[in-house]
Order: sequence, then C-alpha cells, then structure tokens
Amino acid sequence: MATVLTPAKPQAPSGGGPPPPPPPSGSGGWGGGGGPDEGARTVARYRTGTWLGLCAVVMLFAAFASAYVVRRGASNDWRPLQIPPVLWLNTAVLLASSVTIEQARRRVGPRQLQWLAATALLGGVFLAGQYAAWLALRAAGVYVASNPSSSFFYLLTGAHGLHLAGGVAALWYASARAWLDRGWTKRKAAVEATALYWHFMDGLWIFVILLLVVGR
Amino acid sequence: MAEMAHEHAAHAHAAPTGFVRKYIFSLDHKVIGIQYWLLALAAVLVGMALSVLMRLHLVWPQAKMGWLETIFPAGAAGGVMTPELYLSLMTMHGTIMVFFVLTTAPQSGFGNYVLPIQIGAADMAFPVLNMLSFWVTFVGFVVMIAAFFVQGGAPLSGWTGYPPLSALADAGPGQAAGQTLWIVSLAIFAVGALLGALNFITTTLDLRAKGLSLMRMPLTCWTWFITAILGLLAFAVLLAAGILLLMDRTAGTSFFVPGGLILNDKIVNHSGGSPLLWQHLFWFFGHPEVYIAILPGMGVVSQVLSTFSRKPIFGYRAMVYAIIGIAVLGFGVWGHHMFISGMSPYSSMAFSVLTMAIGVPSAIKTFNWIGTLWGGKIRFASPMLYAIGFVSLFVTGGLSGMFLGQPSVDLFFHDTYFVVGHFHMIMGVASIFGMFAGTAYWFPKMFGRMMHEGLGRLHFWLTFLGVYAIFGPMHYLGLTGHLRRYSELSGFKFLSQNEPLHLFMTVAALITVGAQLIFFVNVFWSMFKGRKASENPWESTTLEWTVPSPPPHDNFGGKVPVVNYGPYEYSVPGAPRDYVMQTDPEGIRTGH
Repeated sequence: MATVLTPAKPQAPSGGGPPPPPPPSGSGGWGGGGGPDEGARTVARYRTGTWLGLCAVVMLFAAFASAYVVRRGASNDWRPLQIPPVLWLNTAVLLASSVTIEQARRRVGPRQLQWLAATALLGGVFLAGQYAAWLALRAAGVYVASNPSSSFFYLLTGAHGLHLAGGVAALWYASARAWLDRGWTKRKAAVEATALYWHFMDGLWIFVILLLVVGR
Repeated sequence: MAEMAHEHAAHAHAAPTGFVRKYIFSLDHKVIGIQYWLLALAAVLVGMALSVLMRLHLVWPQAKMGWLETIFPAGAAGGVMTPELYLSLMTMHGTIMVFFVLTTAPQSGFGNYVLPIQIGAADMAFPVLNMLSFWVTFVGFVVMIAAFFVQGGAPLSGWTGYPPLSALADAGPGQAAGQTLWIVSLAIFAVGALLGALNFITTTLDLRAKGLSLMRMPLTCWTWFITAILGLLAFAVLLAAGILLLMDRTAGTSFFVPGGLILNDKIVNHSGGSPLLWQHLFWFFGHPEVYIAILPGMGVVSQVLSTFSRKPIFGYRAMVYAIIGIAVLGFGVWGHHMFISGMSPYSSMAFSVLTMAIGVPSAIKTFNWIGTLWGGKIRFASPMLYAIGFVSLFVTGGLSGMFLGQPSVDLFFHDTYFVVGHFHMIMGVASIFGMFAGTAYWFPKMFGRMMHEGLGRLHFWLTFLGVYAIFGPMHYLGLTGHLRRYSELSGFKFLSQNEPLHLFMTVAALITVGAQLIFFVNVFWSMFKGRKASENPWESTTLEWTVPSPPPHDNFGGKVPVVNYGPYEYSVPGAPRDYVMQTDPEGIRTGH
C-alpha cells in the first residue's frame, strides 16, 4: 500500500519553529490543518469547543425565550411580575466580574490567579444574590406555579444560575491549572475558554433580565 | 508545541492495558465508536421485538399469549394485549428506534470510529468529553428501558409526546412514572448528543491533516460535520421543551396544559397553557432530527457508490452544497408536521414551499448517485448492494413526502398509515440501509476481518424485499383512510377490507425480522471467524484505508499523514492503479 506518512514533528518549545509550508493548492476551503503552532492550535481547539457549547446555550435560551413570548400571548392569565430589586445589584456584580476575568485573561503568573479568584468570588456573590431574589419572591407568596410569569422567572434565572455555577466551577479549574501548570498551553487554553464563557454568561444575563423587565 | 507533542506521544505509547480503561471507560474514539454501535444494535433488538408484538396484535387482537403476561403483567392480563399496552409498545418502539438507533449508530457510532481517521487525527478533539457523551447516552437508554418496569409501565403518548396527554400523570397507565422517565431519558440523551456534536465539529474544524482542505474531505466527513451542527442546534431545543414539560408534570406549571380539562370526572388544576407550543418546540427539533438520522447514511452511500463503481463521485461540490442546503432548509419546515393544527393558511403555504424546496437538494443527491453508477465498473459486493438499496428506499420515501408536504393533501393523509409508510421508508429503513452499508464497508477496518459475503447478500435481498412488502402497502392503507395508532381493526366496518393486507404485512414483518438474525449471526461470527482483512480490502482511497485493520491505538502509529488528493480519485487516466490514495505522493495526473 503506497502511503506517504511523514514522521511526527520533533518536540520544540512553544511558539518556536518556522511556519510549515502552505498546504498544496488545488482545492478550495479552509486549507488543511497543521497550523503554525501546536500550542496555539490547542488554545484554538478549546476556544472552538467553547463557542460551540455556547451555541447550544443560545439555542436553549432561545427556545425558553420564544416559549415565554408565545405563552404570554396565548392566554389572558398572565400577570406581570415585579422583579426583586436585588437583581439590579446582582447585575452590577456580574458586570464587575467581567472586568476581573478580563484582567485575569490578560495577565500571567500570580496576578492572574488573584483575578481569577476575584471573579469566582463575584460569581459566588451573584449566585447568592439570585438566591436572595428567590427567597424574596417566596416571602411575597410568589411560587413557581403561581403564574406563568413566575414560572418563567424561576426557570430563566434558575437555568442561567446553573450555567453560571458551571462557570464558577470552570474558574476553580482554570485557577488550579494556573496554579499547578508550568506549561503555557493548557493554562492559556483553560483561562481563555473560561473567560469567553464567563463574558457570554454576563451577556446572557443581560438578555434574561431585559426579557423579564421589558417583556413582562 | 512541547505539550501537544507530549500529548501526542502519550497517546501513541500509553495505550491502556487494563480491561476497564481499554474497553469500558475508554478514551479511544475507536472503542467509543464501537460502544455506540453495540448500543444501537442492542436498542434495535428491543425496538424490533416491540414492532413484532404490535404487528401480531393488529392481526390477531384476541390471541392469548401467556408469555406476554409474564412480560407485561398489567398490560396483558390473561395474555391478551390491551389497547393501552399497544400504545405503549408503539411509543417505545418509535422512541428507541429514533434516538437510540437512528441517531446513535450512523452519527455517533460510525462517525466516532471513522471521522478522526479519515481526517488524519489521532483522536477526537476532546477524548474525555467523548467518553462522557457515550456514557451519558448509555444512562439515557437505561432510564428509557426502566420505563417498562415502573408501575403503569411505559408511556402511551407516542414518540412525539404531545401534551396534555404527556403532561398529566392520571391520563392513562404509563403516564405517571413511565412518562416521567421517558422525558428524563430524552433530556439525558439530548445532553449526550450536544456533547458529541460539539466534539465532532471541533474535530472537523481544527484537527484535519495537512493538505486536507474542507473540499477534500470525504462526503462521510461532510455529513458527520453537518449532522453535528444540526444536532447542536436542535437537541438544545428538545432539552428546553423537555424541561418545560417536566415542570408541567412535577412543579404544577402550565406551559402546555390548557385550562378547563376534565380528567376522570375531575377538573385538572392547570390553566392557560398551549399544547401547540410543545408541538412547535418539538418539531423545531423533530424535523432536523430526521436529517440527523439520514444524512450520515447519505455520506456512507456516497462513499460506497464511488468506491464500488470505481468512479469519482458525480458532482462532489454539488453534493457538499446539497448537504448544506438540506440542513439549512431542514430548520424551516417543522410546520409541515402541524398542518392540521389550525395554523394560518399563509403559514401552511410557507412551510409547504420550503418543504418542496428540500426536494431540490435531495434530487441533486439522487441524480449524482445515479450519475456515479452510470458507466462505472460496478462491483456488486454487499456494501454496494446496501447502498443501492438505500438509494431505492430514499427515492420511494421521498416521493410520498411530496404528497404529504402539501397542506390540502396532508389534511386527508395526516395520522393515517400513509405517513407511517412514508417515514418508515425514508427515515427508518433507508437510514438502516445506510447503517448496513456502513457496517459491511467498515467492518474489516473495525475488526480486522471480513464479513461473510454470501450471508450479506442473502440478508440484503430478504431485507430489501421485506421492507417494501411491509411499508409499501401502508401507503394504500392510508389512501383508504386507515388511521395510525389504532390497536384493532374490528369495530370499523370500512377497515375490515384491509385485514388481508394487514395479515400480509405481518407475515412480511416476521420474515424480515427473522432475516435480521442472518445479519447478527454474520456480524458476530465474522468478528471471530471471518476471513482476515487486509489494510485496504475494497481498494478505496481515503485515509482509514492507509492504516492496519484494525488501526493502532493512535491511528497512524505516531506519524502524521499528509493529504495530496481529493477523496474519490478512481480510474484516473495514467495512474498506476485504478485508484489514487489521498496520501499518495504528488505528481499523479488527476482531474483536479
């Protein structure tokens, strides 16, 4: 069987080495694989994976949001829900956490670790604040089944909260990576992917609270 | 690069030796692919058994089958099947077949095994995630099967689970714990499918070998890639719908359950929900799901037809654009499942036009398959027979789709056997033939041994004729107005004329199901006793045929393949052989 297999590239420090020759021409598209730098490829792989995961999250919330709009118009039993004021505070906390994660993303070393920890802390504060909002609603006698508007409130904030809790777990993972790993690639991949996810959760929360306030 | 090389090296040398890490919780995409494939084989046995019970009941509704009572004590007291048991068998047949067979084997099974090798990668992009996807799917299957064993048994609401039937625990036997398990199982399955889709797309985009541009990918890779995109977008919506339905059942919400329902002389404590909302969400997932089931089969068939005709696939680019076209249009046609739901005629017309439009890329594909066969040096090995069978079934099922896609015609055909015949032809058995073709084609690579050719041909002919005998007459039944989901014909005078035809279909079903034994015997006999397979027994061109059968742990033995040619360079004038491997050295004059 005539096959052409080139041996694996010898190990080299990250970022080094000349770029390989361009893939042979003759067919369109994205060019072949074998990009310039294996470390960068790993980071890119994690980034691609995170983006795709976020696509699924978008579809999940798009489905919830369209159900929200349809259900609101489907019957005359919808009673607008006054959202607990603590949500505005939570929003500010989450926006601040986007700033801290961005600081973490742009740094290396111990400072990065500090910013990651700060983000995880702010994430925890946000989740506690969301729980406080649920408690406030419960105290006011507004339960999951009270009205479709409250059903959607608990559903949307709960689903977002779960995703954000996953983000906090990712922050701990990224911190562990930053702490333990001397290697550039995995740390970079973990922090980049987490930061992307975190920013997205921030944006998603803006969408959710706008839906709850404007579409109430 | 140091770490990547390190990873690569680890993968190359540290193949797991313990049984558990090697065969159970394996990170190797090849083992995971075979796990998915075996899961689908187990599921298809269950699904097939359920269909046999339904066929028997349709013809002999009063027959006493003592053993049936042993399996379903509540649903078959005295050995006679109740209508409710019939409905639960139908629900589970549909659900198991659609999710755990048609979605599991063609995409997750073959895709997992073959995609990384065909693109020249050592594994999937995220091996741990890959293992998780399989085991999540497996848990989903266990939860689904568990629905048979809870009080009340399996649910009755069909694979589409329409509320309010699916939302109210008192609506019938199986609507309590059984229906809850059904929803939870689908939610679990959706999570597994999302993880898998994410992995497939990343692998295709980021791990292709040098020289393997997108337009040099085998069409199998294209279909797995596009199917993964469909899965990523569609399963998230199913998950959302499942969560809402579960809340209606357990948290007392009213997303889908309308007010004023009276059940068992009691007013149901819900109000204002919209059953149509579920239908929209479900079919927004459900229609792309049809393409999730069929597209990988189209890829396999393209691959096999080209290889066994010794000709390049006719119109490669057109094939790629047709796959993309089908996928894009597939998201805009879900309303054609809801023509009789009282939707605006304008919406119906829009959905109808888009549905008809899918006929265009589908016809392009069919035309190109036939164009590939035309004038080829055809080798009628069993993978080729299955592939040609696929084309035949796809055309037959597609033609009846043209009728159903028109709202005015669908008003009559909706919920009749015409629909059952249609989707079994195109989504059911056509996809299954794609799986047969894939199994026969890649079996030598997967297990290092050839399947028995004689048994393969016998199985093909019995199955091919059998499925036409079962599902062909269903179209006629539909024309007579025979509604689906009826457990008995007696009591409906206009249906009594259909009894002989039902008997014929049941006999055909029994023979066809019996013929599947041949396939299973062939698979498991060949796995251990089949003729040893060479590296490239079909003289094919793609990368999986450049490595030993079965391939080593890291696929390419620590080497990185370089691709110089497109995937279908057969019968190239001036080439030393009648095929040019994708990795052959440059300089052979090809059509590109």
